[in-house]
Amino acid sequence: MVVSSLKLQDLIEEIRGAKTQAQEREVIQKECAHIRASFRDGDPLHRHRQLAKLLYVHMLGYPAHFGQMECLKLIASPRFTDKRVGYLGAMLLLDERQDAHLLITNSIKNDLSQGIQAVQGLALCTLSTVGSAEMCRDLATEVEKLLLQPGSYVRKKAVLTAVHMIRKVPELSNIFLPPCAQLLHERHHGILLGTVTLITELCERSPAALKHFRKVVPQLVQILQTLVTTGYSVEHSISGVSDPFLQVQILRLLRILGRNHEESSEVMNDLLAQVATNTDTSRNAGNAVLFETVLTIMDIRSAAGLRVLAVNILGRFLLNNDKNIRYVALTSLLRMVQSDHSAVQRHRPTVVECLREPDASLSRRALELSLALVNSSNVRAMTQELQSFLESCLPDLRADCASGILLAAERFAPTKRWHIDTILRVLTTAGTHVRDDAVANLTQLIGGAQELHAYSVRRLYSALAEDISQQPLVQVAAWCIGEYGDLLLEGGCEETEPLQVEEEKVLALLEKVLQSHMSLPATRGYALTALMKLSTRLRGDNNRIRQVVSIYGSCVDVELQQRAVEYNTLFRKYDHMRAAILEKMPLVERGGTPDEEAKESKEAQLSEAALVPTEPQASKLLDLLDLLDGTFEAAQPPPALEPSPGGTLVHLLDLPCASPAPASIPDLRVFEREGLQLNLSFVRPPGTPALLLITVTAVNTSGADVTHFVCQAAVPKSFHLQLQAPSGDTVPAQGGLPVTQLLRILNPNKAPLRLKLRLTYNHFGQSVQEIFEVNNLPMETWQ
Amino acid sequence: MQFMLLFSRQGKLRLQKWYVSLSDREKKKITREIVQTVLARKPKMCSFLEWRDLKIVYKRYATLYFCCAIEDQENELITLEIIHRYVELLDKYFGSVCELDIIFNFEKAYFILDEFLLGGEVQETSKKNILKAIEQADLLQEISYSTSLLC
Repeated sequence: MVVSSLKLQDLIEEIRGAKTQAQEREVIQKECAHIRASFRDGDPLHRHRQLAKLLYVHMLGYPAHFGQMECLKLIASPRFTDKRVGYLGAMLLLDERQDAHLLITNSIKNDLSQGIQAVQGLALCTLSTVGSAEMCRDLATEVEKLLLQPGSYVRKKAVLTAVHMIRKVPELSNIFLPPCAQLLHERHHGILLGTVTLITELCERSPAALKHFRKVVPQLVQILQTLVTTGYSVEHSISGVSDPFLQVQILRLLRILGRNHEESSEVMNDLLAQVATNTDTSRNAGNAVLFETVLTIMDIRSAAGLRVLAVNILGRFLLNNDKNIRYVALTSLLRMVQSDHSAVQRHRPTVVECLREPDASLSRRALELSLALVNSSNVRAMTQELQSFLESCLPDLRADCASGILLAAERFAPTKRWHIDTILRVLTTAGTHVRDDAVANLTQLIGGAQELHAYSVRRLYSALAEDISQQPLVQVAAWCIGEYGDLLLEGGCEETEPLQVEEEKVLALLEKVLQSHMSLPATRGYALTALMKLSTRLRGDNNRIRQVVSIYGSCVDVELQQRAVEYNTLFRKYDHMRAAILEKMPLVERGGTPDEEAKESKEAQLSEAALVPTEPQASKLLDLLDLLDGTFEAAQPPPALEPSPGGTLVHLLDLPCASPAPASIPDLRVFEREGLQLNLSFVRPPGTPALLLITVTAVNTSGADVTHFVCQAAVPKSFHLQLQAPSGDTVPAQGGLPVTQLLRILNPNKAPLRLKLRLTYNHFGQSVQEIFEVNNLPMETWQ
Repeated sequence: MQFMLLFSRQGKLRLQKWYVSLSDREKKKITREIVQTVLARKPKMCSFLEWRDLKIVYKRYATLYFCCAIEDQENELITLEIIHRYVELLDKYFGSVCELDIIFNFEKAYFILDEFLLGGEVQETSKKNILKAIEQADLLQEISYSTSLLC
């Protein structure tokens, strides 16, 4: 007694009638219960109907595994109705991951060998859709037999089943290679198409097969030729193009056969030219063939003229109204931009036009292609286009566009200034999307371009004043202001608008960056360091800076806190070294690609010039010539370089918590008068053997302040002396904050050091002048 | 071709043909992702998009999206022709096909597809031949069905 259940159509109606997901589930669960019962009872007559319902439910996403065995039963049934649904079920429910999968092998085998072609078709279809490797091995010979039997319906399916089998079990190529030659003589389009597909598959998997099939190139050419000229059949054509499916498949095989093979390429040359010029391009079918032709031309060893023809076809595609055609054109041009660069360059204006496409897939392609087309002659125009694209493009393209522009700028920048401007513009437009190394690159670039320091710092200052949210920009600007703050305040720079910048404004801006919640920790680090550097670049007193620095000494961020504490210490205890430590940075070495080495050596030369110190105060020692005997040379601002770029860095690193000197050269008390004492402390930085740093410290233990304190020094001729600005000119009484001054002495010849000092000051209402030579200089100071 | 999906504008699956072996879970995940991606496309956009390492070719006919996933070396434009040919076949078979036809006769939709593509490749380029084959199979089904009822 069969429980009456719904017909398929009724079930579908009912499911569609359900108003909610829950209702749908209810209907389906009820029906599935019926179906399961029916399967259990084993009703053969209605099994196919039950399975059909189950398959519908399966498509909606519901479980249907309990129908697997039913598929097997239906496949084994002699009735065509059963087989049809059974095989469909097998394809949907019984793929190779299922345990029951192999069980269909036997049925398929039987169905392949019995005579009804519709049934054979079903079996072949299932085999080629879900056949596992094992199944393919088992049934290979059956399929081979079917390849050669007369009926075209079964044959065409057998050929494609062979394709699937080879994909699953490559060794089966041995079986299916021999019949190909004969199959290629077929007239039936379906069989021919399948054969070409089969040969393609064989050639892609085995170089031996590839070699073997090269000999059919003439035959393929002939087939295609006939197809496009005389073999036109309405039955197989689309919009006036002869069987485009077959054409495309043949063209693809020709591509594989002609690749890297002169002889084959030559044989197909004329045909390709013919197809390229004669195919009707008014509809998609023709364009599909044309497209495949272009791909083939570009991939084989085609004649130069043919290649140009192909690129031009793509150029025409770029102007086509159909977006899809434009898309494939951009994709293909991108693939050949390296190999046929000049040909593709000719279409650059059209490519650039495609940047304006509203469709993101197209504009992305256009962007990639545009970037690939930038070269030294078009870099200005292209960058302009790309910058405007950057301003208006979708967010997910921004990062690629920004890094593309920066890369192009690096490779082809005509001038340093243009380069800086370009990076600046990218940072302002799309600052959040640039890569991390953009900041390092820009600082490197600016650092190396000494003539542009004033220009850069002004532009960056203006940009920063407008917007402190774009982190990379803020970081570079902060760094630049810190380094070149002095240039910012000096009068005019002819390349920018006259900008009157006040010290207070600069400090305020940096403080704003420090406090802003938009600033990343790294950015705040930059700002803090910049403020610190300004303490030696600006003319005002440093109270504001000192205040900020001491506030940040208790900042929650550990990195900032550490910096602040260090800077604070610098102010309080090592003020005499502050100027040296905060000197302008030398150019940092950066690992560059071979492209950049030339640039780097140029920059290195520039940096050497840049190292000429531009500290605010040059020493005024020329008076000393009058006072000292001739063997002494007054110090002048040295044109020579610091011997090692790491000098200042080493110095910083040497700043330990306790003692000021890493080398243990003892301090020297060189002068004492009425409570005013002068001490010398010495540092020989390890990396620079010729350099000696002397810190002169003046302490006043008396009851009255020492004012107008000036210390001057002189050394022998072979030495170079540089005097930094003193920390002040008043030495407060009662052991108040000492005045310190740094002397840098270069002694390349390691000559014995001699030092003369001249002091002038007011003390106890009297003006004092003292000149003396320092005795007992330790040997370690010059050896 | 790796797979073909047909779905409505609400994202309901109407047909799924997989030419590669994947677990049920993977199939569901992929389907969900692709349906989401394609439905998010604006009407004026091109018919191609990149998804993982495949190319998705899709076209909307009335309320149904036809979506094919092809490999890198396959021709997108000819895939559009494949989709169009399939729609034509359905149209000829059902007489002015609409989504409801495909919902209520989903097995037929599969049978027709299986006469046009095999293992992901085109097996027959003549519309006439395909429709003839379907016709014959339908006839065979009729006969076998009525025969069994009699015995």
